[in-house]
Amino acid sequence: MTIRYAMVIDTRTCIGCGDCVVACKTENKTPVGLNRDWVVEATRGKWPNVRTEFRSERCNHCSNATCVTLCPTGASHYWRDTNIVLVEANKCTGCKACIAACPYDARLIMHPDGYIDKCTFCHHRVERGDDPACVSSCPTQCMHFGILDDAGSKVSQLLKTRNYKALMTETGNEPNVYYLT
Amino acid sequence: MDRREFIKVSGVTAAAATVPSIFLSGCSTQPNPGEGEVTATPTVCDICFWKCAGHVYVEDSVPWKIIGNDEDLHSNGRLCTRGTGGLGAYQDKDRLKMPLVRTVGPNGQQIFREASWDEALDIIAKRMQKIADEHGADRVALLNHGAGASHFKNLLRGYGSATFSAPSYAQCRGPREVAFQLTYGEGVGSPDRTDMEHSRCIVLIGSHIGENLHNGQVQTLTRALENGVSLITVDPRFSVAASKSQHWLPIRPGTDVALLLAWMNVLISEGLYDKAYVEQYAMGFEQLAAHVRQFPPEWAYLQTGLEPELIRETAREMAKNAPATLVHPGRHTTWYGDDTQRERAIAILNTLLGSWGRPGGFYIQEKVKLPNYPLPDYPKPKSTFKVAHGDDYPFATQPVSNAVIDASIGDDAHYKGWLVYGTNLPMTIPGVRPKLRQAADSLDLIVVIDTMPAEVTGYADVILPECTYLERYDELRNAAEREPSLALRMPAFKPRHDSKPGWWIAKQLGERLGLQKYFPWNDYSEVLDWQLKQVGSSLDEMQQIGVKNFPRKTPKYFQAGEARRFNTPSGKIELYSQRLADRGFDPLPVYKRPPERPDNYYHLNYGRMPAHTFSRTTNNPLLFQLAPENTLWINSLVARQWKLKTGDSVRMQNQDGIVSKSIRVRVTERIGPDSVFMAHGFGHSAKQLRLTNGLGADDSALMTNVLIDPIMGATGMRGNFVTFVKNSEQEHA
Repeated sequence: MTIRYAMVIDTRTCIGCGDCVVACKTENKTPVGLNRDWVVEATRGKWPNVRTEFRSERCNHCSNATCVTLCPTGASHYWRDTNIVLVEANKCTGCKACIAACPYDARLIMHPDGYIDKCTFCHHRVERGDDPACVSSCPTQCMHFGILDDAGSKVSQLLKTRNYKALMTETGNEPNVYYLT
Repeated sequence: MDRREFIKVSGVTAAAATVPSIFLSGCSTQPNPGEGEVTATPTVCDICFWKCAGHVYVEDSVPWKIIGNDEDLHSNGRLCTRGTGGLGAYQDKDRLKMPLVRTVGPNGQQIFREASWDEALDIIAKRMQKIADEHGADRVALLNHGAGASHFKNLLRGYGSATFSAPSYAQCRGPREVAFQLTYGEGVGSPDRTDMEHSRCIVLIGSHIGENLHNGQVQTLTRALENGVSLITVDPRFSVAASKSQHWLPIRPGTDVALLLAWMNVLISEGLYDKAYVEQYAMGFEQLAAHVRQFPPEWAYLQTGLEPELIRETAREMAKNAPATLVHPGRHTTWYGDDTQRERAIAILNTLLGSWGRPGGFYIQEKVKLPNYPLPDYPKPKSTFKVAHGDDYPFATQPVSNAVIDASIGDDAHYKGWLVYGTNLPMTIPGVRPKLRQAADSLDLIVVIDTMPAEVTGYADVILPECTYLERYDELRNAAEREPSLALRMPAFKPRHDSKPGWWIAKQLGERLGLQKYFPWNDYSEVLDWQLKQVGSSLDEMQQIGVKNFPRKTPKYFQAGEARRFNTPSGKIELYSQRLADRGFDPLPVYKRPPERPDNYYHLNYGRMPAHTFSRTTNNPLLFQLAPENTLWINSLVARQWKLKTGDSVRMQNQDGIVSKSIRVRVTERIGPDSVFMAHGFGHSAKQLRLTNGLGADDSALMTNVLIDPIMGATGMRGNFVTFVKNSEQEHA
């Protein structure tokens, strides 16, 4: 893997509006009722001492993706020489091993055409130098996308200067979606 | 008790709902989006009033997506959740498809039957002519929301009426506009002239930006957050904005004026106000100082429940950052019936901070000087909308919708006919349903023009299906903004079914009423082209670029020390309002206690959710997937008392015994134990809205205690209280 793409999402400015969900839905023409990303609200504390965090979540395009490792047919694979995890519909038998393997519930149950669908980091846009649809539509501009190994990229700069977390790093999956806190 | 809530709020609503019909392997790989033949057509969004410009993308003749126009100041190339889901308005299977006419069915009951456009338009024109002949043309009112109403205003002006009533006035931002007009001689306008991207301190009072997705507001507040703005949020609920704030003031509902007076007290008593600004631009400071001397933070504490030291600290924070401190006037401001006075207090507080006309406060708007298409003079209407108000609401600058409805009830009522354009009155005006039934009995004609069926269509004599904004031309967007700018809405698709653009409908009616001289063109695009050519552009150019920005000709802010004359009787900013005093109102804002909460009742607090615009989008098939219903927020203490848990269904009963539809409970610490909260727009009863009908509850149905603002007629909606009726009890009852 020579290129690691990362998404860096600022929870300080995310308002949980769900535009990322609709933008993904229209860009990628996902079927009714199936979405590749979603928004989580996490509230802690007791009124009136409360904290709320919104997170736009999706596939973490892990550097060590268990879904790729465990896929029996090779349908789950890394796109080119990157960390972007794709499913090749032709090879997918719908066995759901990847659903069990994914710590993030980032695999859609089943595309009506009979394969497991998921976030692609909009690789068809990334290929053209565009941000994923969710990132480019976000009205708060809380989402950032770029190459992690490029020290000058916005995502690298943000991770260098801000506090951040990733989700369930203890699984060893090495997720590539980061949340600024 | 679990101290941590973990709720997926969106995007997974139906994750398990779709089961593949065929369990296949070896299916073909989908092509990547955008690999086909792609076209993009300019549009101006109509999903809300913010009117962002964008492009509608079509791939291989199939509608694909809507993306913001990078040149557009309203969106900066980024539409909000609803605008991104705008294709759903076009795709909605439940759209109005052809004209419908009320008739009597075989069993004697009233029904709608389908009609041709000719027949439907003939019926309307005949009845409008009859009203004009028998009573006068001024007896027909337009009740409207949205840009497309301009075509029907042209029609009614030519016909001889001057009552164009938008519920967005008396049900939303009217008090704010009146208060700022009284104080500064001009209103806040839309888009709101807040300069948040340059603010160092922002105060939000019950204004939950982020849940209301007014795009430019969200974007500029976010820029301010990135710049480290000091955000002070006053809200009984831990709103999204509260979650981003340095200071959250969980105020006792309805006591905002007490807090505002105490803040003024601190600014003046500690000498923190902008003395030079006040001295140069304002009048009435002495009276104000004497007035607010009575209201120190210790007094306000007893009203608001907010610690005196917190009130002082936040006042000092505002002063420290002034004049780049914005006390935001909010947008939906019709709360407790003293709303103009509360907004006056906000306007005055901004004067003390010197923020009006200053960077980080309120900028001066500028729009394009766009000539109107030349039309003959309109006839002078026999009466103005003031007829509907009688001696009430002396400071209303627009007709109050609820007063227009009142003036439509009875045989001797002033109004005899309505055109209802783009507004679902029963879910828009609180407590209006019984009156709508009475008005429907009295009126000779009700025409509803809309894209979707809704509760209001049930009152119509004739329903005309307009095509959506994605299928039509409308007037150019020429909003006063940071920079003058024009934006074009044009058809991206042919109208579906037998729907027609508003301009065509108005022209057809005009021709039938002998008013063709007000429609001297074949296609509305001719009007747009003529107007654009007056300002150095053309329809051709705008069809390519969608948005054209023009350089400012006037300064965006007051210049240092410049002399200014304000459009008020004194020519100054009027802290003390002689105009209010002359009409018997308080010349300075006075605190009035809100209605007492009865035992075991809770304040009915309501608001927006980002996925929807009022009741207009809940059936949108894209947005429905994101947010199919509203929930009722209750605090865990309330949940324990009533033995309720998240996901339970309850009905609410208000102080007048009105029972709501079922709504699911959400137990959350984001609301205190004295209130409940729900998003507005759900609880539809129109069966034609097949997705949304029956889901969630409607807050407006519970608003039977309407607190009217005597200054300008706004309908305060926050004087209502609810208790719970569990669904099982309801069934036993």
